[in-house]
This record gives sequence, C-alpha cells and structure tokens, in this order.
Amino acid sequence: MKKVLLLTVLFLATAVTYAGGYRVSLQGNKALAMGHTGVAVINSSELVFFNPAGLVYLENKLSVSVGAHGVLADVSYQNSATGETAMTEAGVGTPFYAYVSYQANDWLAFGLGIYTPYGSTVAYEDDWAGSHLVNNIALQAIFVQPSVSIKLSDKFSVGGGPIYATGGVNFNKNLNRTLVDLDGNRSEVTLEQTGISNWGWTASAMLKASENLTVGANYRSEIVLSAEDGDATFENIPNSPLTPFSDTTFSADLPLPAELTMGLSYKHNDFLFAFDYNMTYWSAYESLAVVFGNDTPDSVLLRNYRDASTYRFGLQYEASESFTLRGGYYFDESPVQSGYFAPETPRNDSNGYTAGLTFKVGDRLEIDASFLYLQFDEVDASYDYFVEGSGGPAGLINQYSSFGGTYKSSVFVPGLGITYKL
Amino acid sequence: MKNTIKFMIGLLAIGLVSCEPEFENAVTDEGFYDAGDADFSNYVSLGNSLTAGYADGALYRSGQEDSYPNIMAEQFGFVGGGDFTQPLTSDNLGGLLLGGQQILGNRLVLSADENGNPFPAPLAGTPTTDVTTSATGPFNNMGVPGAKSYHLVTPGYGSVAGVANGTANPWYARFATSESSTVLADAASLNPTFFSLWIGNNDILGYATSGGSGVDQTGNLDPSTYGGNDITDPNVFAAAYSAQVDALVAGGAKGVLLNIPDVTSIPYFTTVPPRSIPLDAATAGAVNAQFALYNGALGQLVAGGFISPEEAAIRAINFVEGVNYPIMTDVDLTDVTAILIGAGLDSETAALLGQLRQVKSDDLVVLTASSVLGTVPDPSNPLGIVGVSIPLTNQFVLTSTEQDRVATAGAAYNAIIEGLAAANELGYGDMKSALSEVAANGAFYNGGVLTSTYVTGGAFSLDGVHPSPRGYAFTANTIIDVINTTYNASIPKVDIGTYGTVTLHNN
Repeated sequence: MKKVLLLTVLFLATAVTYAGGYRVSLQGNKALAMGHTGVAVINSSELVFFNPAGLVYLENKLSVSVGAHGVLADVSYQNSATGETAMTEAGVGTPFYAYVSYQANDWLAFGLGIYTPYGSTVAYEDDWAGSHLVNNIALQAIFVQPSVSIKLSDKFSVGGGPIYATGGVNFNKNLNRTLVDLDGNRSEVTLEQTGISNWGWTASAMLKASENLTVGANYRSEIVLSAEDGDATFENIPNSPLTPFSDTTFSADLPLPAELTMGLSYKHNDFLFAFDYNMTYWSAYESLAVVFGNDTPDSVLLRNYRDASTYRFGLQYEASESFTLRGGYYFDESPVQSGYFAPETPRNDSNGYTAGLTFKVGDRLEIDASFLYLQFDEVDASYDYFVEGSGGPAGLINQYSSFGGTYKSSVFVPGLGITYKL
Repeated sequence: MKNTIKFMIGLLAIGLVSCEPEFENAVTDEGFYDAGDADFSNYVSLGNSLTAGYADGALYRSGQEDSYPNIMAEQFGFVGGGDFTQPLTSDNLGGLLLGGQQILGNRLVLSADENGNPFPAPLAGTPTTDVTTSATGPFNNMGVPGAKSYHLVTPGYGSVAGVANGTANPWYARFATSESSTVLADAASLNPTFFSLWIGNNDILGYATSGGSGVDQTGNLDPSTYGGNDITDPNVFAAAYSAQVDALVAGGAKGVLLNIPDVTSIPYFTTVPPRSIPLDAATAGAVNAQFALYNGALGQLVAGGFISPEEAAIRAINFVEGVNYPIMTDVDLTDVTAILIGAGLDSETAALLGQLRQVKSDDLVVLTASSVLGTVPDPSNPLGIVGVSIPLTNQFVLTSTEQDRVATAGAAYNAIIEGLAAANELGYGDMKSALSEVAANGAFYNGGVLTSTYVTGGAFSLDGVHPSPRGYAFTANTIIDVINTTYNASIPKVDIGTYGTVTLHNN
C-alpha cells in the first residue's frame, strides 16, 4: 500500500510538456508506438481515450490497460547577441494512464479512464536571462472519464462520457527584468493552487466501413481550469510604497483546449495502417491573466495561441503469436505564433518518431513497450510582449520588451504498460 | 520478458545520454566569438569613481558588481578573458569607516512619502567597510573614486595615515599595496594584457559641481598646490596621462582610452531649471521695489567707471509675474561691495549686492540647489527667501563663464587623449559623444529609451553625476563597440534593459 501511495505521489508531482503547448500526447503505449494514432484502431481499452465508441467492438469481456511514460525533456537556450545561455534542469516526468472497458452485452460497453493529457514542468536556473517570464512552472491535470459505447448497427457505434478534470499549478517568475530588493535579490512571485477542478465531456463515433477499413472521429471539449483564491507569494520586494506587492490571493483561467480527431485504419493481412488527424483548438489560450486579491496590479501575459494540427501515421505488424511490432511518425504543429514564443512552453514544430512492441505473456496478459523520439529544429524565436515597468518609477510603464534567442529542445520518451484481457 | 525489459532499459539509457539538446553553433564553443588582435586574459581597468562603479553618492558592493569594467570583463569571458578582481566593499550601504569612525556617508535610495512622491534619501544603517582593515590589492579594477589624472601617479595617494590629514584617498588607501605606492604602479604590477583608462573627469568635475568654487589652474604646473575643486592645467594632465599610457603599454598590452564627457549634460546640472521662482504680479512688483535702489545704483557705477554698461545690464534685477530667475552671487562680476559701503550702504547690504545678479538662461543651477531655493533660512525673517531676497551662493550655480572654463579644459584633455590613442594605436572611446547623444536624443534599447533625465531617464544614479547600473551597462557596450572595431574582435554586448536604475527603499 505504501508503495502504491508513493507511486501515486510521484505521478501527481510530475508531468512534462512535450507536445505543442502543454498538451501531453502520451495516452497509451500501443497507440504511441504507432505515432499516437488510435481513433480508428480497435486494439485495447486505450479506446476509452482515443474513441470510446469503439469499446463495444472489443472482443473481451473485460480489458484493462495501465501504463506510464518516462519523459526526458530538455530545452537549451542561447542568445548570440549577448552570449547568454540557459538550460532547463533535467527532470523525468511520468504521465500515466489506466483504462478499463467492460462489455455489458453485444451492443453496450462501459469504460473508465484516468489519464493526464495536459501538463508542463519546466525549470530554469533561478534568475536566468528569461526569469521575468518564468523561473519554473509545474502544471498538472488529471482527467477521469467514465464512458459508454453503444453499437447502433453492426457497422456503426457511438460513445462518449463526462470528464472530470482536476489539476494544480505552481508558477514562479521574477516580477520584471530589474526589480531587486536592497541587497540586489530579484523580486519574484510564486502562484500556487492545487485541487482546481472542472467538468467537460467527450463524444465519438466509429464506422466499420468494410472488413478492413475503420473510420473514427472523437471530440473532447475544452475544460477551463479556473484558479480562485490561489496563493500569490511575493519575495524580495523593496520596502517602498512604490512597489506595493504583498502576499495575497490570485485568480486565473487556464484553458485545456478542445481537441477533434478524425482518422482511419486499414488492415491488410498481418499489417494495420492507421492515420489520425488532430485539431487542437488552442486559440482559446489568448492570455494568461492573473488577477490579484489586493491592490497589486493585474498581470497579463499575452499568448495568442492559434489552433494547431497534428498529422499521425502508424503501422502495426503481427510478427508472431507472441510479438506485435509497431512504428509511427507524426508531425506536430506548434500553436505558438511568431513573437509569442515564451520559455515556459518553448515549443516549435516537431517530428515524432515512434516504435514499440507488444509481448504476449500467455492468453490474458500483454506487455506494451513504446519509445518516442521527438525531433525539434533549433529555432530563433522571441516573446515580444513583456510589459516593462511594473513597480518601477513612472515613465517605464507600458513599454514592451522582447526576450528571444535560439532554442533547441529534445525529448525522449520510453514507455511501458500492461494490457490484461479477460 | 527478460529481453523486453533489457530492451527497455537500453532505450532508456540511450535517451538519458543523448538527451541534452545541443546547438549547431553554440555560443560557448571556442571561436564563436573572436578576440581579434587583442588578448583579454588579464584585463586591468584604471580610472576614477566611474571605473570603480560608484553610484548614488557612494561605493557599495552591488554597484561595484555593475561597474562597466566588471560588465566588460564578463563579456571578455567569451573571448578568453580571465578572472577579474575588484576591491569589493563589505556591504550595500556604501558608507566608509576610518578606524571605526564613519568618514563618508551611505548611498542614496529613492524613498517615497505616503502620497507616493519620491525623493532621494540616504540609506540608514552602520557601514562596515573600513579603510584600515580591507583587503590588499592590487585588483584588476583599479578605479579610485575622486582620483584626478595626476593622482594616479602621486606616491602616497594610498597612505592610510594620509587619509586623516587629507593628502590621501580613502578608497585607494583600502587596497594600496603600500603607503607610498601609486595607483599606476600597482596596476602595472599586474602585467595587464589589456587595459582601459578613463581618467580626467575629476580634473574638471569638482570645479563644475561646486558651481565654480575652485580655481582654473591653467598655467600652474604644480599640482601639489591645487585645491580639490580646481581645474587641472592641461600640461599637467598631459604629463600624467602620457606617463600612464607609457607604463601600461610597456609590456605590449593593448587597450582603450576613454575621453572626458561634457560634465554639464549630467542631471546634476540639468534637473533644476534656471527659472524656478514663481511669483504673482503683486509680489513681483514688491520685490522689484526692493531692488529699485540697486538697479539705480548700477547706472551710477557705470558713470563712475567701476563697471561696464554690459555688466550693468547683466546685473539688473527684474521680477515678473510668472516663474522667475532667482538672484545669485556671481564671483566673476566686479565686486562693488567696498564702493557701495563708501556710498553709504551698510556693510551687510553692500555685501549682499556686491556681486549680485539674476540667474540667466544659460547658467546651470545644480541639483543640490533644489533643497535651498525658495526656503526661508531664518524663521524670524519671513521676507528672507533664498532666490528672491537672499542670493544663491556661488556653489549652486555654474555660470556660462564657468562652463566655458570647464569646456576649454575638457577639450584640451580630450585632444591629448585622442592624440595618445592614435600614437600608441590604442582604441579611443568617444564617451563625450555617447553621453551627449543620450542627453540629447536618448538611446533606444530593448524595452525603452535611456535618457539623462534625473531618476526616470534610467542612465544616472541618484547623485545625478554617476551612472546607474543601466548607465554603466550602456557605457560597457559603448566601449565594447570601440574594442571590436579597433581590434577586429566580436565581443558580445549586454542587454542594458536587464540592468536596474535606481533602488527603491524606505528606511
């Protein structure tokens, strides 16, 4: 029991961004090995996430999939004009998932999923060059999703369910580029709240167009995590009525954007080809507006994300009775627009290369392994909308400064899971 | 099963080792930046308060860390620069002790009253930096606040014993290698491969900030007879300066010589306007009636041949409705005190009128005058108002005549500096033009515009004379530009917007 608790704490404490924005596309080892396709793949209870409509087509009475990924993500930063460099502190994030599906009868199935589709953990060295934008951030969200799947005909089913999302955030940044206390310590603020929750929903459909061709679509609604009465802690503030920052509460809205997925799979002998198209409605993320409980001036960090597409391709090959091999590729478009590249989610377009396998241990148990290498080009980018002057003498207000340079990210994600079928 | 686990561990290991993202051309790679023809492995800076990192009327630790030589040394680190040591003070208060007794005040901070109106105030606290107990040099940063050109070659300038009797400098006495050493000898003993020299500012600055209280010593070749507020003779300057350049280049070092900015473009002289006395029509008329006798006497002084008609015109007092020029004592006017006494005036009134005029539009009223203008020093005499019935004393106004003396000497120094830079093939930093540009048009940077406006402009600290950290960062960038051009180097510059300006604090 102790071990389970420890493990749970570990899971809750870490989740690392690696996709566009703070979406973490690691919702199943089987799917990830195939480029994170799955909206039209009838494989396991991973369908709770990818397409609950498909649950009713699973062959087993009970199907359980549990797994986790180890995310090794790093970001390097440099500015050739000034020589400044930075590197995020290496950490291992462990997004996880657990899905159960149950066939009630030949036209009705139920499912339950717990997964972590959004999160971000980025930590730079304190007071680094971009510390006025972020020193460190930890954002976690866990989704709990009961589902129902109904077969309307032999070829067509629908599914869906409510989503309960719970999350927390811890965000530390310096107030601006220069404000210090008497001894030169940089003035900073920490925003923290846990246990923020809200509801959303998902709906999906699946069409078995022919014996070999399956088509699917899935929509997951936007869920806004609204922090209210969170803790805003100010440190190293000058003792001056000109810098009226004191510990208070804060409220802020963080949208977890809606996502639409459409795709197909085609089976040929021992091969299965899958294609998914994701549209993530990132335009919901216009700004991170923090409203403080006292006279402290509100802080608005413009984001102006745009909707972003992801194109996913996967291939599965049943090599033997015991082994199934998988591979995949995806192109992940960044939601960040030019001039809004902030170091707390420093992501440009990326190419994901995936591979994995399933090893059957007897009739009921399968071990799923996957590996993702996410390739980023180095990118010259900047965030041009930091408002200077909060707390400074008059005359410096409402002046934007730019923070930019060259960024290079690297992400490796090994994953391991089990599937149990009864 | 076993194999699968091994496979996964293998993948994990691959991930761990190859995880760190690397740039195609990393700024930390050898050769990304180029030292050009210079060797920055041992950089030594010589100069005065500007080089030391003095700000807010004091030398304090965090200010020293933002000195322009220290900022430059950090950037030199990209092109083979070595360690750069500074004679850091013990605290951020800035005051200085001599044998436990405080001899110099703490730094200024920007305080604010309950309505949010800001004002500079000395930071409270007991300083811990003592002249007698500090670390011994030499240090890479040999900037000595208060030093004039000839001080760098004056033996005994770092004598602790000499501090008490005023013949030595307390800051240099902190880290002089011996009682008799010179700043130059200590610097040369470090065998610099690269140096910067910025000296001569105080050879005119003391005269200027004291409102011309000193003497223009042009023609007097013996600096041992100079007072603290005097203008140094250009030949004395030339001798001292060329000795310094000779000693520094003797070992083959490259370097940069920095010229003397126009001191009158700093906020100490530009913050208090020449016209500062608001009067309504009735009061102006009443004040003018008080000066009617004086204005009348001026005509008689011209008739008597004591002053020229031009001087009479300069001396005439006239207040009007609106904002007026305050009255002042101008020591360059003919002193007519004795004549007025002879004409029957009491000696007190005669002395008041002896060298009296109103401030003119081309005079510069110093920052510290703001604390006396319009005040009533004697509460028993409510009519005794500074600027209206009590003249501003000489120390508060740098007249146009005095400005000319400063400018003439400054131009002579700069010609010498430029000549020596050319003769020794050293970099020549035109700091005068750089500062003039900031004062006239401001300097754009990432996030704002740097100007010379007091407090809000960002370039200057609260003493109105010395730069803020942002001003020093601008200085460092200006010099790095010169070095890059002179020595074909490509040293990166700093983002001056990341450097602070004034410190906010209420005691």
